[in-house]
Amino acid sequence: MNKNKEKLLNSRYRAEKRFQFYGKSAIFLALLFLTIFIFKIFSTGYTAFQKTWLIVPVTFDAETMYLDENPSKEDLEDADYFDLALQTMFNLDKSATEKQQNDLKRMVSYFFEREIKRELLNDPSLIGKTKDVYLTASDDLDQVFKGNYPRDLPEDQRRVTDYQLKIFDQLVEQGRVESKFNLSFFTYPDSREAELAGIASSFMGSIFSILVCLVIAFPVAVLAAIYLEEFAPKNRFTDFIEVNINNLAAVPSIVFGLLGLGILLAVFQLPRSTPLVGGITLSLMTLPTIIIACRASLKAVPPSIREAALAMGASKMQTTMHHTVPLSMPGTLSGTIIGLAQALGETAPLILIGMVAFVNTIPGSPLDPAASLPVQIYIWAESAERGFVEKVSACIMVLLGFLIIMNLFAQIIRHKFEKKWS
Amino acid sequence: MNLVIFIFIVLLGFTSYYFGRKKAYSIQATNTRLTALPQFYGYYLAIWCAIPAFIIYSLWAIFEPSIVKLIILSDYSNQGYLDDELNLIYEKTKSLSRGQFSGEITTYLETSAEKYLNLRSIAQNSKVVLILAIIIASIVYGYKRISSNNRTREPVEKFLNAVLFTASLAAILTTIGIVFSLIFQTIDFFKVIPLFDFIFGTHWYPAKAFVRDASEPLDPSMYSDTFGAVPIFAGTFFIALIAMCVAIPIGLMSGIYLAEYASTKVRQYAKPLIEILAGIPTVVYGFFAALTVGPFLKDIGTAMGLEVSAESALAAGGVMGIMIIPFISSLSDDVITSVPQSLRDGSYAMGATKSETIKKVIFPAALPGIVGSILLGVSRAVGETMIVVMASGLAANLTFNPLESTSTITAQIVVILIGDQAFGDPKTQAAFALGMTLFLVTLSLNIFALRVVKKYREKYE
Repeated sequence: MNKNKEKLLNSRYRAEKRFQFYGKSAIFLALLFLTIFIFKIFSTGYTAFQKTWLIVPVTFDAETMYLDENPSKEDLEDADYFDLALQTMFNLDKSATEKQQNDLKRMVSYFFEREIKRELLNDPSLIGKTKDVYLTASDDLDQVFKGNYPRDLPEDQRRVTDYQLKIFDQLVEQGRVESKFNLSFFTYPDSREAELAGIASSFMGSIFSILVCLVIAFPVAVLAAIYLEEFAPKNRFTDFIEVNINNLAAVPSIVFGLLGLGILLAVFQLPRSTPLVGGITLSLMTLPTIIIACRASLKAVPPSIREAALAMGASKMQTTMHHTVPLSMPGTLSGTIIGLAQALGETAPLILIGMVAFVNTIPGSPLDPAASLPVQIYIWAESAERGFVEKVSACIMVLLGFLIIMNLFAQIIRHKFEKKWS
Repeated sequence: MNLVIFIFIVLLGFTSYYFGRKKAYSIQATNTRLTALPQFYGYYLAIWCAIPAFIIYSLWAIFEPSIVKLIILSDYSNQGYLDDELNLIYEKTKSLSRGQFSGEITTYLETSAEKYLNLRSIAQNSKVVLILAIIIASIVYGYKRISSNNRTREPVEKFLNAVLFTASLAAILTTIGIVFSLIFQTIDFFKVIPLFDFIFGTHWYPAKAFVRDASEPLDPSMYSDTFGAVPIFAGTFFIALIAMCVAIPIGLMSGIYLAEYASTKVRQYAKPLIEILAGIPTVVYGFFAALTVGPFLKDIGTAMGLEVSAESALAAGGVMGIMIIPFISSLSDDVITSVPQSLRDGSYAMGATKSETIKKVIFPAALPGIVGSILLGVSRAVGETMIVVMASGLAANLTFNPLESTSTITAQIVVILIGDQAFGDPKTQAAFALGMTLFLVTLSLNIFALRVVKKYREKYE
């Protein structure tokens, strides 16, 4: 009898241990996913912050550029740099066949003559002289240099030819290959060429969209929350508004994209692919989040504050605007920032309103076509070139960085400025 | 120009605030008692100054283009043009007047363009004059009304109240906007494709319904066997199921552990860390699923001799499950912590271990809330777009093999609408019909879940 009891007790204790183990492993798994995730993004992305340059001697020969003597600034602008640029690359191997010359040309970025042109425009006295110029390496060689590209594949499965590798290795030996911080990743717009693609256009697109979203969503949401929390009579209509807000908060984001497409673009004829439309769509999505946050923080202001103000003879409106609303601002602001952070990461609705269009200029206003950071991630992730993989990860790092900063900011506002009443 | 007028009105509003207040102060200086604080006189005048002008300004902005268009096209009205052609003529006129037109310039177009420019400048000038006149009239009226025995606080507060009320309608307007944007296209869609074919058809192949020439009559038989939504409904359900298989055990167990076992310190760190998972944008998950999880599963599959597609339902569903973990864990954590302590104490007093208490007492008590949280998770999974678009296939296969690729409602909407859309085409309308389905499904899930959670809360309050 006693033995049975002990057995039962032991098995119950074991069940207890097992249950705790399940709980611990669930948390462990969730955190493991997070770690793998972040590790994977960082390990594929950090190389994108470096860029490989080939240092090539350029002879600025006036004849190759079809320049007269003592050219003016305009002449230099209009001069033909393409032949000069080609000649520069062919000089790397004077005995190259025609096919090999083509390979040589493809070792640098697609717009390499512009880099040579910029060099000369900076210093017109270079004509007739030879200078080492930094040229952006093609994205394939860039990947080879970073060790992301397997060199031991058979040649026909590689995008880099044996000949290119040979020349490249020679350059490496001569110290003519250099890796520097990739500033152009932050200052260049999107491009079809991985080595020239940057996030400037999509970054500005995101900034404009978020600004439009903030300008529309914040005032409307705060005013709505004030009405619902402070003034609204308790009746069916206000109940209906409440139900609406709660449901909107859970509507899938893509439905808002359909709204933007069906109403903003088709009915109001607003310009496609612009941050203006994107921002309006996102603001409709963010509205419920901010309303809910603002109402919660209005609710947290103790009634005694209102009663004191009313007792001093303030009207209901004065009480609300002078006392309740200012006291609720920290909570509202942090809710707004969290809402904007969500909007910043949103992709699907922006795709539907056409912000996936290829944009290779940096937008200057919310009315210019643009992409946004998450959409840029999508566009790059869909393209086949290997050079884009690290770019995607780097873009994700930038986006996550912004989200972390915004969330920290929201936390700081909440902890620093929110009054504790109890 | 419009911006200048806008800024002008705003600036004038501010100045009239000061003038209104100044007048109130000067009345006060004569030792007369005011019926409101001086600021209210300022607000009063500012509202009088800005609001009528804004109303005219926005009405003008709304109606000007269509009236100008009407006048321009009246020249062409009895020449037997179709509506589309008239629109084209108008667009040409506009681009010619901007000097950006690069087609054949006819004399007709030239006169129209001149007329257009003329009309625009007349409209612009008369707008400025009208707005100025309105502003002056209303300022004079408002300024005259400022006196010691005229009440200003009440009208100002009534106005503010109206503004607040209007703002609160935004949520309703958004819902109406959603319904409107979906419903017309959906109805048009079902005029061509019978509802029955949509719900029960088993072939989804919208690429077949290429953009139709608008002049040809619409032939419904062209689209038979093209828009049968069963494969994508099944795919949506299936991927959501896989996601929930990952999310429910992990989310629920971590919720229980955090609520019942974890020390304050563990809770303090683990909870926000898990919630980071909810803050990561879905496109990032999609990239992760496509770059890492998909190939990883494929490698494992090949090692075990299985045929695994690189874009499998398993990869998309699994990663989606990870995304949903924090929703379930924090909601069920909340629900479990709000179960009254007396229930636990009662169970412990009977000699139950902690896990027995959780399984036999707390879990049943918290069940409605947990079900609610799971339903909210399901609604997330059904509405999730980017993960599926990037990690699972875009072709709608009717399959329940997790190693093959399937597609979902959301992914199909993106596939159809990415790039240029032609409104009035069954393919575009199909996307809106899918959107309507998605909206209705998630809406009913949410309403149901919120009701369950609310009922549960009331039980213990």
